[in-house]
Amino acid sequence: MAENKRVVERPLSPFMIGPYYRPQLTSITSILTRITGNGLIVGVMLAVWWLFAAAVSPQYFAVANAVATSWFGDLVFTCSAWAIWYHYLAGLRHLYFDAGHGLEIATAEKLGWGIIAGSFLFTIITILIV
Amino acid sequence: MRYLTARKRAEGKGASHTGTAHHWSMTLSSVALAFLVPTWLYIVGHALGQDYEAVRATFARPFTSILTALVLIIGMRHFAMGATMMIEDYAHGTARKMLIMFVISLSTVIAATGLYALVRIAL
Repeated sequence: MAENKRVVERPLSPFMIGPYYRPQLTSITSILTRITGNGLIVGVMLAVWWLFAAAVSPQYFAVANAVATSWFGDLVFTCSAWAIWYHYLAGLRHLYFDAGHGLEIATAEKLGWGIIAGSFLFTIITILIV
Repeated sequence: MRYLTARKRAEGKGASHTGTAHHWSMTLSSVALAFLVPTWLYIVGHALGQDYEAVRATFARPFTSILTALVLIIGMRHFAMGATMMIEDYAHGTARKMLIMFVISLSTVIAATGLYALVRIAL
């Protein structure tokens, strides 16, 4: 398979949104899935630090709990709640797309609005319940 | 003379030449998290803001402890693989390798810290 070792200069696909494609609901909801998924690491770090502090000592827990329940903690966890629900619903849509359904433009747009509306609805429900 | 056609050599491999294992792993972990996360959010959301003893009592319960361990292990793997995919899209060369090492290390440390906390609270 010597021919496979040859270095081939391939054209790289450019980043499409912006310079080549007008932003559309489908592309924006897709990129938001990635942003929310990666952004969730902030909320996870704060939550795990808080749990770790609870395991270590009451004094350490007092420090972590003060941060977790401060305006900063509230901001992080509220944003995280929305990010979780957005990523959750967009993930379900991803599975639905993967199965070969909902790919017609009208349906895809409806699903896009659905996950945006659903993410806010579920965030409000989460805040009300917990 | 080549007996394998170009198509035959390419079949089953993505652009990365590692096949579809990554995609399948993400599918698998996403379905698992879809089942685990709502209940976990409910429990952790209730524990958040409570006092030291109440928080420890919540995470000392077997159900909470096992659920949190599963969310941490599967969630951090899901994050590491998703973040790797993002880095592969936007970064190249040495920066790509270093960033991938960083996110895998970060997610491993987070999972290990969380599991340590769960064990220590449980014992």
